[in-house]
Amino acid sequence: MSYPSDLRYTHDHEWLKAHGASWRVGITQFAVDQLGDITLVDLPKEGDLVTKGQRFGTVESVKSVSDLYAPVSGKVTAVNASLKDAPEQVNAEPYGGGWMIELEPTEKSEIDELMNADAYSKHVAAQ
Amino acid sequence: MSQLRKTPLWDAHKQLGARLIDFGGWDMPVQYKAGTIKEHKAVREAVGLFDVSHMGEVYLRGPRVREAVDRLTTNNVAAAPVGKAVYTLLCLPSGGVVDDCIFYKRSDEEFFVIVNASNTAKDLEWFREQTRSLCEVVDVSDETALIAVQGPKAIAMVDRLAGGSLSGLTSFTFKDAVVAGVSCVAARTGYTGEDGFELACPNADAPRLWSALLEAATPLGGLPVGLGARDSLRLEAKLPLYGNDLDDDHTPLEAGLGWAVKLDNRDFIGASVLRAQKANGVTRTLAGFKIADTERAIARHGYPVVDRAATPPVIGTVTSGGPGIYVGGAIGLAYVPTAKAVAGTQLTIDCRGKDVPATVVSGKFYKRS
Repeated sequence: MSYPSDLRYTHDHEWLKAHGASWRVGITQFAVDQLGDITLVDLPKEGDLVTKGQRFGTVESVKSVSDLYAPVSGKVTAVNASLKDAPEQVNAEPYGGGWMIELEPTEKSEIDELMNADAYSKHVAAQ
Repeated sequence: MSQLRKTPLWDAHKQLGARLIDFGGWDMPVQYKAGTIKEHKAVREAVGLFDVSHMGEVYLRGPRVREAVDRLTTNNVAAAPVGKAVYTLLCLPSGGVVDDCIFYKRSDEEFFVIVNASNTAKDLEWFREQTRSLCEVVDVSDETALIAVQGPKAIAMVDRLAGGSLSGLTSFTFKDAVVAGVSCVAARTGYTGEDGFELACPNADAPRLWSALLEAATPLGGLPVGLGARDSLRLEAKLPLYGNDLDDDHTPLEAGLGWAVKLDNRDFIGASVLRAQKANGVTRTLAGFKIADTERAIARHGYPVVDRAATPPVIGTVTSGGPGIYVGGAIGLAYVPTAKAVAGTQLTIDCRGKDVPATVVSGKFYKRS
């Protein structure tokens, strides 16, 4: 499986993509394949503050529930409200319509610490 | 790490792009390419094929086999007519459940039994210990494959592949048949809430039978179905799962399976405890519950049922739960005090720190029309 080269990745199988002053956050194809059909996505509100490594939401699939961990600390500047009625978009387009939130990082350096596509591919291969 | 066991259809699953998981030591398909939701709907609307070859198959044989079977089973299996398939519990002397399974009465001297995969070794030991010298216990699990064909289009489809020989088979009966050229035992049983067949055949013939069934099912909108949808389908039909809803700590009466416990003039293992429990009433009951769509929550196995005004607040436990794929919202089963198991009662379930309201519903969540 290959991963888009314009994204940054976390060990918890999330991706980030620059979007103006913010970074858009979603979960990777690998995560989606592991979860199976997603039936519910619970996300924070716009304006909420999140802390790197802390839970900011949950994804429920038919079989299981998984936490979403903040990839960096910052403020939530946008939430993908369409996932409320159409969580299956995460399965269909994990890097597109299935995005989850946008974050404005407090510490830009935390972005630099994230993996690129090559490093993430190796991380997945080791799973 | 020990080697995972494979069913004779493992190569077929790989070719179909299944995602395989370790299921009790077996490398089993949890879903195929379509995914659990589409697979679930295919069974409700057309037909689905399930490889359940990991399940255990046992013959009990001998001139005194009916005495042995009568001692083991809560339901009236021994006295059933030949050709009948009977759902029953196997109980401990305490009334707790060893397993739930189906007995197929082949003759007055022979029963075929299909048991849960996770309990096969335990059940065999139980059969050998409890039947003593009354009958022969023959384990054929390792050489027997099992394919379930379920859904509104299943009956006509399999009957056609059997040359019209299965149309007369009524619910919970079985017969020896030839399906797509393969000799098998065909039973009109299942674990999905739909009509259908379960076909048991020798391992070597299973790939041939599977591909013939798949070829017939595909133009009908049918799909191969993994264990993910098997679980969501059985939950909608309120069929219990051993290890979740049934265990050695709960009795069949507490699980709402009184219909499969026949106490009159019988003395099976566990009967005296169940007789007393029936007379006095059960203190806890397995209740079905529904969580409204608007709550945006799913209660799963192990989540506590709480009453915040009580001390201590935990009054029960969710044993199975998930999204109601065909019925909407979230659904589940929980052991609660019997007074709270009445339809319409409001329950509160602690869903990972969030109190979520749920409503007790009686009967199946999904009932086929």
